[in-house]
Amino acid sequence: MYKFLLCWRYLRSRYIALASIVSVTLGVWTMIVVNSVMSGFAFEMKERIHGILSDVILESYNMNGFEDPEYHMEQINRVAGDYIEGMTPTVHVPAMLRFWHGNRSMTRQVTLIGIDPKTAGAASDLPQYLQHAENRRQPSFDLREGGYDTRDRQSGVKTGDRDFMADAGWPYRRWWAEREKAFEFNKRTRVEPPELEGAQALTEQPPADQREADPSAVHDPFAAPNTEANVFDPLKEQHTGLFLGIALSSYRGAENREGFSVVPGDDVQLIFPNASQDRPTAVMSTYTIVDFYESKMSEYDSTFVFVPIEKLQQDRGMIDPSTGVGYVNSIQIRLKDERDGDLVRDKLRAAFPPEIYNVSTWRDKQMPLLSAVQMETAILNVLLFLIIAVAGFGILAIFFMIVVEKTRDIGILKSLGASGRGIMGIFLAYGLSLGVVGAGSGLVIGLLFVLYINEIASVLSRIMGHEIFDPSIYYFYKIPTIIDPFTVGWIVCGAITIAVLASVLPARRAARLHPVEALRYE
Amino acid sequence: MSDLKPAASAARVPRRRSNDLPLTGPHTEIATVATPAPKTARMQAVGLCKSYRKGRVAIPVLRGVDLEVRDSEFLAIIGQSGSGKSTLLHLLGTLDAPDEGEVRYHGQRIDNLPAAKRDELRNRQIGMIFQFYHLLPEFSALENVLSPLMIASGAWSFFRRRSQHTERAKELLEMVGLGHRLKHKPRELSGGEMQRAAIARALVAGPDVLLADEPTGNLDRSTGQEILKILRTLNRQQGLTIVMVTHDLAIAEQADRVVRLVEGRVQRA
Repeated sequence: MYKFLLCWRYLRSRYIALASIVSVTLGVWTMIVVNSVMSGFAFEMKERIHGILSDVILESYNMNGFEDPEYHMEQINRVAGDYIEGMTPTVHVPAMLRFWHGNRSMTRQVTLIGIDPKTAGAASDLPQYLQHAENRRQPSFDLREGGYDTRDRQSGVKTGDRDFMADAGWPYRRWWAEREKAFEFNKRTRVEPPELEGAQALTEQPPADQREADPSAVHDPFAAPNTEANVFDPLKEQHTGLFLGIALSSYRGAENREGFSVVPGDDVQLIFPNASQDRPTAVMSTYTIVDFYESKMSEYDSTFVFVPIEKLQQDRGMIDPSTGVGYVNSIQIRLKDERDGDLVRDKLRAAFPPEIYNVSTWRDKQMPLLSAVQMETAILNVLLFLIIAVAGFGILAIFFMIVVEKTRDIGILKSLGASGRGIMGIFLAYGLSLGVVGAGSGLVIGLLFVLYINEIASVLSRIMGHEIFDPSIYYFYKIPTIIDPFTVGWIVCGAITIAVLASVLPARRAARLHPVEALRYE
Repeated sequence: MSDLKPAASAARVPRRRSNDLPLTGPHTEIATVATPAPKTARMQAVGLCKSYRKGRVAIPVLRGVDLEVRDSEFLAIIGQSGSGKSTLLHLLGTLDAPDEGEVRYHGQRIDNLPAAKRDELRNRQIGMIFQFYHLLPEFSALENVLSPLMIASGAWSFFRRRSQHTERAKELLEMVGLGHRLKHKPRELSGGEMQRAAIARALVAGPDVLLADEPTGNLDRSTGQEILKILRTLNRQQGLTIVMVTHDLAIAEQADRVVRLVEGRVQRA
C-alpha cells in the first residue's frame, strides 16, 4: 500500500522525472506514426501489386509458352482445385509501342499481355483499374461511345480534372478521323475548298466497306494491313482494342499539369517478335486504345499493355495451324484465400516439371520490393526504439538521483519494518508508472497524429510553402495509414518495459541500502 | 495563549494543551495502576560488540555491552557523543547486526533472525523515534502515522480496513495533541509537533518496546520537556517499555533508571 501511495506522491512532486519520460513519449509517438504510415504504404502497394498479379502464376520459361491452356488448367484444378477461385491464361511478350503525337512518332518499351476479357476479372483485379465504368464491370475491347471517368477515381478530391476524357472514345475517334480524312482529301484534291466536300465524301463512303473490314480487322492478322490501306475506315471502325497503361500516355507539363499523348479512340502500333522457333521476326500490328489502365503502381502503369489473347496468339503465330490449339505463356490463378499461396505453389511445383514451368506467388514476384519496404520498416523501428532506449538511460540516471535524494526516506521505511523488496517495489512501481504515463501520452499523441496526418501535412505544407507530400511522386493522393493494434501494443509494452528495466538498478540499490547508513544521512 | 492561533510558532511556545494530555487511546483500558509487577527482562543485550570500518581500520564502537531492559521500565542510556549509544539502540532495534554478542527479546534471540522476521519485529513489536523525527516528507501527519500499518498489510487488506486504521491513527494523534494537524505535511509542522507525530507513528502498531534516539536532542528545553512528558505518561499509564538514548543528564534523570555508556561499555553506577 505504502508503495503505491509513495510512488504516487513521488510522481506528483518530482517533475524532473516527468522530463525523462518525454523522450519515451516522443519515441512511442514517432514509432506509432512511422509504423502506421509504413504499413499503410506497404498495404497500398501490396494491394496494387496484388491487384494485377494474381495469387499464383504458372508460367513457362519459354517466351513461346506452352500448348493447350485448357489442359493445363484441368491439371491445376486436379492438383489444387479446392483452393482455386478462378484462372485465366495469358500471353506475355516484350513489345515496342509506337504512336503519333502531332506528326512525331513516339516509341515506348512495353510488356504486352494477352488476356481473355471474359475470365481476366476472375483471376485478377485488372478490371478495377480501367477508366470506364462498364469496363470495370465487364471488360471489353470494344471502343465505348463515351462515358469515361473525367477525374481520377482513386485519388479522392485533390487532383485536377481530366477534361479531355469527356470526349474520349468514339466521339474523339470520329473527330480525328474526320480531320485526317479532310486533310487527306485536301491533299488529293487541291482545287476544291475542303470543308463541305470532304465531309460529304466521308459520310457516303463507309457503310459498304465496314462489313468486309470488320471481321478481318479482328481475326485475320495478315489481312489486316492489306484492308487497312484500302477499306479500313477509322471513322466507323476500330482496330482490335487494347488497354493502355496510363503512364505510357501521360506526361507532366507546367505546374504539374497532367497531359496525355494519346487517349481512348487513338490508334497505336505494337511491334513484337513472333513465336517462330528458329528465326523470330518482328510483327507489327495496329490496335485502338479502348481504355486506360491505372493501377497507381508506376511500374505497371508505364509498362503494361493489355490486348485480347486470341489476337495476340494469331499475330505471333501461337496457334497450331493443324489442331487450332493455342499456346500461352502463363496461367494466372486466383485463390479463394490468398494465404494459401505458398501451399498451392508447392503443390503445383510438385505436379509440373520445374525445368519447364515456373510456379510463383505474387509475393515471390515482388519479393525485392516487398522485402525492401520490410527492411526499411525494420531499420526505422530499430532506430526509433533506440530513442526509447536512450530514454531508458535518462530514467536510470534520474532514478539514481532520486534514490540518493530519498535515502533518508528509505532508511525510515526500513526502520518501520519495510522489506528490501518493498522498497524495490516503490521504485519499480515508480518506473512502471513513468513508463505508463510516457507511453500512454505517446500513444494518444501518436494515434491522433496518425488519424489527422493528412490535415497535419496540408497545414505544414501551407506553413512551409511547398508540398510535403507530393502525390505525383508517391502515387497516393493521401498518406495511407494503417494502425495495427498489435504493433501499437508492442510499442507501448516495449516502452513500458524499458522504463521498468531502467528502474531496476536504482531500485536494487535502494533495496540494499543499509537502514542505519540511510538514517545517518542528514 | 490562544489555541485558535495557527501553530507555526508552536516550537517556541509551550503549548498548554499538552499539559493536560488526553490519554484516551485504546491502550487506556489496558493500562492499570502504575505498579509494575515482577520486572522480568523484556530486552537483553549480551556482550554486544560492534565496530565500524573506516577504510582498513576497524573502529570499535561497542566493546561488550551487557544490558537488561525490564518490563515496563523507562530506561535512559546516557553517554558522550561517540560513546556508541545510538549504535546500541540500533542493535536493539535490529536495524543493525552486532559483530559479536546477542540481542534477546522476551528471552529469544533476535539479532540473527532472517531479514523478513526482523522486518516484522520492527514493524509490530518495536517502535522507534529519532532525534530528527524522520517523518516521510511526502506524507501528511496522518499518513505518516498510518505508514507502519500500510507496510504491515497489503494494499487490499489495508484498503478494506482503512477506516479502522485511520480511526486508530487519529486517536493516537489526538492523544499526542496533534488532532488538529492531521492533514499537514511534516514541513508544515514544528519540531515538537513532528516528534509527536513520530511518537504516534511508533505506537500505531501497538509495540511493547519504544526505542527513542535522542528524542529531545533537536528541540528546545520546554518542547523537549513536553515530549518527555508524553513518554513518561505512556510509560506510567500504559506500561510501555521505553529505552531512551540521550546525552543530556537532565533529561535522563527523569527516567526510572539510567545506564551510562563509556567507551563502548556499560559503566556500573
